[in-house]
Amino acid sequence: MSNPIQDKPNTGFWGSLKDSPSTDEFIKGLWRDNPVFVQVLGMCPTLAVSNTAINALAMGLATAFVLLMSNILVSSLRNFIPKQVRIASYILIIATFVTMTDYVIQAISVDLHKALGAFISLIVVNCLILSRAEAFASKNTVGKSVLDALGMGIGFTFALFCLGAVRELLGNGSLFGIPFFPENFQEWIVMILPAGGFFTLAIWLIIFNATKEKRATT
Amino acid sequence: MKEESLWYIFINASLINNFVLAYFLGICPFLGVSGKMETATKMGGAVTFVMLISSMCAFVIHALLVAINATFLQLISFIVVIASTVQLVEMFIKKMSPALFRALGIFLPLITTNCAILAVALFQTNKGYGFIESLVYALGAGAGFTLALVLMAGLREQLDFADVPGIVKGTALTLLVAGILSLSFMGFAGLGS
Repeated sequence: MSNPIQDKPNTGFWGSLKDSPSTDEFIKGLWRDNPVFVQVLGMCPTLAVSNTAINALAMGLATAFVLLMSNILVSSLRNFIPKQVRIASYILIIATFVTMTDYVIQAISVDLHKALGAFISLIVVNCLILSRAEAFASKNTVGKSVLDALGMGIGFTFALFCLGAVRELLGNGSLFGIPFFPENFQEWIVMILPAGGFFTLAIWLIIFNATKEKRATT
Repeated sequence: MKEESLWYIFINASLINNFVLAYFLGICPFLGVSGKMETATKMGGAVTFVMLISSMCAFVIHALLVAINATFLQLISFIVVIASTVQLVEMFIKKMSPALFRALGIFLPLITTNCAILAVALFQTNKGYGFIESLVYALGAGAGFTLALVLMAGLREQLDFADVPGIVKGTALTLLVAGILSLSFMGFAGLGS
């Protein structure tokens, strides 16, 4: 549950990308502070739509897009938003982009929109996005916030894909709808059911903890 | 669909399609606040209360938005209403019962980001429920949430005494228990038909 508060804010609009360790802002979201596996944020969509790999990927990308746009807007408005109403303003900004995403997905693929259902709208209350806005974008320059959002977004998508791939592989015997196992493979129905989501995430967390412990001891 | 009885709506929202264990809504408080039985019960009560109020507001707002033909504003107006409802409830409780206010503490503002509340508002409009049906639906969802939270808290209090390997401790263990709970809740699936 680490939530690193960043060092003091840079001044310029884009900040000084060169002399700060900005690659670190990008890398940290991928693995060290992975939003799902390490920070355990944004659980609801993670578990709910990760029953197939394609759903998980679409949900991850939609969330990453909203995260990127809201981080850009929040960080560029960070000097104008009064402290008292900042959370409400962030939620409004996020809700606007989520509504846009909702309509865009509906325009691209009606099937996908049906599969994801209300969970696209529920990106609004994904704690990951609000926590990045509050903990990072409101204190840092636009350039840094973009990198942070990209890293976190890709890390989130990666984690969702890990879950979705395992669940679809075991529960359906396929990956991206393409059959993967021989004919007589017995599907693990439980993996597509809600319970499977809990189990898969628990197992990923255990694997994650185990690797971390191994690295700490060596 | 239109012929659903109120009793069926309640059972459906609380047991068959439990918000936490079947829809994965409100997982954050579910993982975070289910450590102790006492806080779990209070949290459940507060969430149910806010659900009822925001469900009422959402019904009125949806009717208004349809009337002025601006349903694309649905999401934004719902979230604003929920946030301000939570604020109102907070002020009201603070005024009426300072003891209860202190007991709930940080949980009240946290309810705003509980996805289950927004989901109730969205689902009831998607399903086209009327006013009374919406209220029953919100009540059922809240009861289901409280039930899951209390069950989980009871289990976790027992688990504190168990000898668990280091790497499984914490969130992973909670998720495993939640998975087993979710499996057992599937037994209710036949109730509705």
